[in-house]
Amino acid sequence: MSHRLIAATGGLAIALGGAVVMMWPVRLAGQADTSRTVSATTSSANWKAPRTPDGQPEIQGYWTNNTYTPLERAANVNKEFFTKEEAEADARRRAAQEATQTTPGTTGDVHYDFTQFGLDRGQGTRVENLRTSLIIDPPDGKLPARSAEFTARANARRTPRAPGGQYDTVKNIPIGSRCIIGGVGQPMPMFPQGYNSNYQIVQGPGYVMILYENIGDIRIISLNGEPFPPKEVTQWMGISRGHWDGDTLIVETSNFNERIEGRNAAIQGVSSDFKLIERFKRTGPNTMMYEATIDDPSSYASPWTAQVPFAMMDGPIFEPACHEGNYGIANTLAGARLAEKQAAENPAAAQPAAADQRGAAAAPRGGAGGQRGGGARGGARGGARGGNAGGNQ
Amino acid sequence: MLMVGFLAGGLLIAVESSGGQASPAAFRAPRTKDGKPDLNGFWQAINSANWDITPHTAAPGPNTLGELGSIPPGLGIIEGGGQLPYLPEALTKQKENFEKRWKEDPEAKCYLPGVPRVMYMPFPIQIIESPQMIMMISEYKSALRTVFMENHKKAPADSWMGWSNGTWDGETLVIDNTGFNDRSWFDRAGNHHSDSLHVVERITMTDIDHLNYEATIEDPQVFSRSWKISMPLYRRKEKNMEILEYRCVEYAEDLVYGHLYKDPIK
Repeated sequence: MSHRLIAATGGLAIALGGAVVMMWPVRLAGQADTSRTVSATTSSANWKAPRTPDGQPEIQGYWTNNTYTPLERAANVNKEFFTKEEAEADARRRAAQEATQTTPGTTGDVHYDFTQFGLDRGQGTRVENLRTSLIIDPPDGKLPARSAEFTARANARRTPRAPGGQYDTVKNIPIGSRCIIGGVGQPMPMFPQGYNSNYQIVQGPGYVMILYENIGDIRIISLNGEPFPPKEVTQWMGISRGHWDGDTLIVETSNFNERIEGRNAAIQGVSSDFKLIERFKRTGPNTMMYEATIDDPSSYASPWTAQVPFAMMDGPIFEPACHEGNYGIANTLAGARLAEKQAAENPAAAQPAAADQRGAAAAPRGGAGGQRGGGARGGARGGARGGNAGGNQ
Repeated sequence: MLMVGFLAGGLLIAVESSGGQASPAAFRAPRTKDGKPDLNGFWQAINSANWDITPHTAAPGPNTLGELGSIPPGLGIIEGGGQLPYLPEALTKQKENFEKRWKEDPEAKCYLPGVPRVMYMPFPIQIIESPQMIMMISEYKSALRTVFMENHKKAPADSWMGWSNGTWDGETLVIDNTGFNDRSWFDRAGNHHSDSLHVVERITMTDIDHLNYEATIEDPQVFSRSWKISMPLYRRKEKNMEILEYRCVEYAEDLVYGHLYKDPIK
């Protein structure tokens, strides 16, 4: 998914609209590791979650699961937990990586420098997590073996939906860039996104509502025990049913649609009837633990579980209005038309622009050359970044 | 008990209320656990205001889909029944909007509908009440309103759905809405507003299955005086009722971007 392109469109509008810039402590690039971290292990054994008026354990509020902890344990790490010093060093290293995603002085740097807009993970409230991977089961912190079926599904979902090139119509541009569904990572399960990993949870009698800052995706989890709707009713985010088991909210989600094209690489090839069980448990005044178990026998050799700590943050979550401010798509398409026009008028001179567009699409981090064909080039680069950011864990 | 109020035409009236007569405040709503009127549930307007909030006769649609898309008649939702008090330039703009409504209505582009329009679109709205905030979630592209019931603040920036501060006035939820941009329309007929829009809503349960919805609208850049709309909202009583996904962006993309395609859609 394209987090660069999103930044150029709705995401950037959010940042400039107020929420990110206003609410988060903004720090200079390079000091990203000094962001406010909230310890996920502050709870004492006798701490008890407050209750809502109708008696639910309270998980209401503004939350973030912003983190540098990767979904899978890195190849050179052989333990479940870092020491505090190691965890900080690892976050610092990942923050530095994030800060150097654009080359200073280039158009890309002006438009897509996350640190400049406070969108990088290092500048937001971050949850302290000594785990070396979000995956806790299997214990090696790695995804179980995937089937050929998983790979085939993932490839099919990545295949362009419409004939022609990526910028011939809007249809072959990633769904997140088009503001159709939370684009950077994946709304289901609630793993950290590349940026704006922020949520607003509200509890009313019989319901828990979760708003995602990214694109404004909303989940309404019924606690009233209704059966799932017929299989003909499918949704991008599925349909969720929850119940409280003591202080833990257990949510089962079904009725997913087949269009999992934009989700995290770990989810991208699952069958549409994969089983997702989530657990939300408040662990302290400012912390909550989230667990997601994915069970899909046709994809994974065994079920797997990831654990993601959440920290309370300052609200509010401001209106995303992503599609409404999606100048990036219009400019990308217009730029592509301009590049075609130039190519038709002067094939020899236009070639570098076309080549750059292709090159950027193939090599995500490749620095761009000249400045010709502005819109198309920015768009192509954005799309390419997206390919790179797909596994943003 | 002597009740005083304004009739639609502005006539001051005084009536003896007789017990059992339905007036908005006569019904005591069930209470939430923290003692507030319990408006939780699924609600929907049943009228043709989303087509045109003013009184209008049935009319054909774009004619490309047969009868589908044709415009149902309606008496309008404006108290007093008449036309909107547009300033001259704003009236001209409404007429321009009307002419290009099939392409320029923000709803056609799957944009957020603003307030009050979201309340009378042909989609259900779920209300989820907590002591701190009341959420209103429309099925139409999951358009969301957060009504802050405490820590009232000024809108940090303009937005499509505005900034909502709520208070309880006895049985009535009063919502003060500001911080709108100037881009949403009141309906498919091009009725519009500026970023000076100020909407005060009053929502009162009149019996267990109905809300009385009122909104007073002022916008000195567009209208010569404030005006008011009112309508019932009906409880959706289906046993399996829930808000489903209506992600309309894809349905609107050809309209919004089609002119930029390699094979342009005119």
